Amino acid sequence: MSEALLSVDGLQKHFPVTKGLLKRQVGAVKAVDGISFEVRKGETLGVVGESGCGKTTTGRLITRLIEPTGGKIVFEGRDISHMSQGKLRPLRRDVQMIFQDPYSSLNPRHTVGAIVGAPFRIQGVQTEHGVKRAVQDILALVGLNPEHYNRYPHEFSGGQRQRIGIARTLALKPKLIVADEPVSALDVSIQAQVVNLLEDLQNELDLTYVVIAHDLSVVRHISDRVAVMYLGKIVELADQKDLYKSPMHPYTNALLSAVPIPDVKGRQGRERIRLQGDVPSPLNPPPACRFHTRCWKAQEICKQVEPPLVELATGHEVACHFPENAPAKGDAPAEAGATA
Amino acid sequence: MTDEHFLDVKDLRIHFPTDDGLVKSVDGLSFHLERGKTLGIVGESGSGKSVTSLGILGLHKGGHAKISGEIWLDGEELVSASLDHVRSLRGKKMAMIFQDPLSSMHPYYSVGDQIVEAYRVHNKVTKQVARKHAIDMLDRVGIPQPERRFDSYPHEFSGGMRQRAMIAMALVNNPDLLIADEPTTALDVTVQAQILDLMRDLQRDFNAALIIITHDLGVVAELSDDILVMYGGKAIEYGTGADIFERPEHPYTWGLLGSMPRLDREPTERLLPIKGSPPSLINVPSGCAFHPRCAFEPRTHGKGKSEVPELIESEGGHLVRCHLTRDERRAIWETEIKPNLEATL
Ligand SMILES: Nc1ncnc2c1ncn2[C@@H]1O[C@H](COP(=O)(O)OP(=O)(O)OP(=O)(O)O)[C@@H](O)[C@H]1O
Ligand SMILES: Nc1ncnc2c1ncn2[C@@H]1O[C@H](COP(=O)(O)OP(=O)(O)OP(=O)(O)O)[C@@H](O)[C@H]1O
Ligand code: SF4
Ligand code: SF4
Ligand SMILES: [Mg+2]
Ligand SMILES: [Mg+2]
Repeated sequence: MSEALLSVDGLQKHFPVTKGLLKRQVGAVKAVDGISFEVRKGETLGVVGESGCGKTTTGRLITRLIEPTGGKIVFEGRDISHMSQGKLRPLRRDVQMIFQDPYSSLNPRHTVGAIVGAPFRIQGVQTEHGVKRAVQDILALVGLNPEHYNRYPHEFSGGQRQRIGIARTLALKPKLIVADEPVSALDVSIQAQVVNLLEDLQNELDLTYVVIAHDLSVVRHISDRVAVMYLGKIVELADQKDLYKSPMHPYTNALLSAVPIPDVKGRQGRERIRLQGDVPSPLNPPPACRFHTRCWKAQEICKQVEPPLVELATGHEVACHFPENAPAKGDAPAEAGATA
Repeated sequence: MTDEHFLDVKDLRIHFPTDDGLVKSVDGLSFHLERGKTLGIVGESGSGKSVTSLGILGLHKGGHAKISGEIWLDGEELVSASLDHVRSLRGKKMAMIFQDPLSSMHPYYSVGDQIVEAYRVHNKVTKQVARKHAIDMLDRVGIPQPERRFDSYPHEFSGGMRQRAMIAMALVNNPDLLIADEPTTALDVTVQAQILDLMRDLQRDFNAALIIITHDLGVVAELSDDILVMYGGKAIEYGTGADIFERPEHPYTWGLLGSMPRLDREPTERLLPIKGSPPSLINVPSGCAFHPRCAFEPRTHGKGKSEVPELIESEGGHLVRCHLTRDERRAIWETEIKPNLEATL
C-alpha cells in the first residue's frame, strides 16, 4: 500500500442559507457533512453519487478553492485546511482541477498559447527554453498540434477544448489532479479519447487523480478505488473491483442496478432495484441514515442511529446497519467492530 | 414492408441557410414506425436527431428552414400540410417530451393548470372534469399526493418530478406518437430508471408509437425495437436492436460500441476511441461523411473519399451505408472488432 498524498478527516462544508434584507441565516446546505478518506500517491480515486450529493464541493475543498466549515485536509503531511491564500500559493502548483465544461472554462478572447502559458506567468516559473516552447511541449503531450499555439478556443471541437483545459492543468507539473466530470460534456465518440489521454498522462507523469463523475462505467474504468457519496456523506469506499463485484451499501446496489446496459439480450433477465422518490434536499437531510427514506431494507434503528463508515472487509468501508454481501463475521478485519 | 406504416418518413431533408452557408442538418432520412413499437435514434452530437423530431412536429414550419421529403402519419402527409393543420395534430396525434422540462413548461402557471389547458385544447369538457383527469395523470406518472401538488409551480418540483409532469402533459391526450428527445439526460441514474420504467408502462397501456432520442446506448438498448444510427444528417445504420448490438456493420457504430466502458463487461485496459472530431455540416466531408475518422477507409480503394455510399440492405431489413461489402463488414466485425470489445470477457 503506497503512502497517502492527501488525507481528509471529518471534512464539512455547510453553505449558509440566508433570508431577507438582513441576510439572516435560516439554515445551511450541508453539502459535505463529515467525510474521511485518503488519496494514495499514484492512484485514481473515483467519486460517484447523484446530483447534489457534494462531489464538486468535495473537489473544491481538497483543492482549497473553498475553505471547509469543519474537519481537516492534509496534503503531503501539511494541514492546509485553513491556510491563507498567500501560503496556499505553492499548493496551487501541486494541486490542480479540471472542470466539467470545456466550453465555458476557457477564455474565448485568449489564444491557446496564452491560456496554457498563463500558469507559468502567474506563478513566475522559469522555463529552460522559454514559455512558448514549454507550452508547445505540453500541447504535444495532450495530442494537440504545436501549431495550435496561436488559435482561439472556438476553433476547436469539444474534445480538443477539453485537451486544452488538461494542457493548462499540466503546465505546472502538478502532483494531484482533481477532475470534475472531465468527459460528461463530450460526445460519446470523443469521451474515450479523453479517458485514454488521462490514463496515459498518469503513467507518463506519475500523477495522482481524484475523478468525480456520475457515470459509473467511466468511473469503474478509470479508478483504482471508488467512493460513493449520498447527501454529503461517503456511504461506501472500496477497491474498484470489490465495489462493483460485491457492493455492500444498499444505495450502491441500487445505483449499479439502475445503469442501463447496452445489450439487447440481457434486458429481460437483469434484476433491478427500483428506488422510490428523488434524492432528498441537503437543506433538510433525513436524520440518522440519510438513505432511510428510499431504502428497502430500512428498520427502526436506521431512523435513530447513524451508521458509521467502518471497514467490513479488507479495504472495503461501508456505512450501513444491514449491508449486502457482507462477509461472515469471522472474515471481517478485527477493527471493524460488531456493526454487521 | 410495402404496407402502410403508422409513421413513414421518406427522404426527409431539413436545411438551414446561414451566413456561413447551408447547414444540411437532415439530409435524406427515411424510417418508419408502427403503433406500440419503439424506435431509438442515436448518433453524434449535431447529427440531426433533434431537428428531425422537431420536423415531425412541424416546428420548423414557417421558419427559414428548407424542408423537403414526406412525413406520413396515420395516412396523412405532413410536410405539405398547412401549419394550422399540423398544429391541430399536436397533443392528440403526436406529442413530444423535451430534454429540459423547465424551459418547456411555463414558469408562471401551475403544473396542474398547464396539464388542464393541454387537455382542454382537444377535449370540450369543464374545468372540473379536466382537473380530475389531470390529477389522474399526475398520479399515473408517480407524483405523490397529486391533488396537493396540482397547484405547484414547475420550479417547486425536483428535476425528476418536473420530468414526470412533462410526461403527464405529453400523455394527457393519449397521443398516438410520442417523441422523447433525451428525456432522461438531466436526471440521476436512479430517477432515470424510474422514468424509463414509466415510459415503457405507459407506452404499453396506450399502445403509442414511441421515438426515443438519446446519446446513451444503454437507454436505447433497453427500450427500442428498432434503432437508427445517425451521422452528419444521414442514417448510417438502421436495424433491430439485435442488428445494432449483436451484428453491427457500420464502422461508426463499431466506434460507438468501442468508445464506451460498460458495466456488464470486465473493464478492458484501453478504450477504443473514434479518432478525430465530428464533421462540419456546412463543409460535409466528401464521399462518406465518416471517412476522415474511419480506420477502414483505405480498404474501400478511394471510394470512401469520393463517393457517397447508399443506405443498402444487408439482410432482413438491416440497412447499412458503407462501401465495404457485406462480407468484408461481417469479417471485420467478427475478427477485428468483436474480439477487442470482449477481450477480457
Ligand atoms: N456556493 C454554494 N452555495 C449554496 N449551496 C451550494 C453552493 N455550492 C453547492 N451548493 C449546494 O451543495 C450541494 C452539493 O453540491 P455539489 O455541487 O457539490 O453537488 P454535486 O455532487 O457536484 O452535484 P452534480 O452531480 O449535480 O454536479 C447542492 O445541494 C448544492 O446546491
Ligand atoms: N435553426 C437552425 N439554424 C441553423 N442550424 C441549425 C438550426 N437548428 C439546428 N441546426 C444545426 O443542425 C445540426 C443538427 O442539430 P440537432 O439539434 O438536430 O443535433 P442533435 O443530433 O440533436 O445533437 P445533440 O445530440 O447535440 O442534441 C447542428 O449542427 C445544428 O447546429
Ligand atoms: S442503514 Fe438502514 S436505511 Fe441506511 S442503508 Fe443501511 S439498511 Fe438502508
Ligand atoms: S464507406 Fe468507407 S469511410 Fe465510410 S464507413 Fe464505410 S469504410 Fe468507412
Ligand atoms: Mg458537480
Ligand atoms: Mg439534440
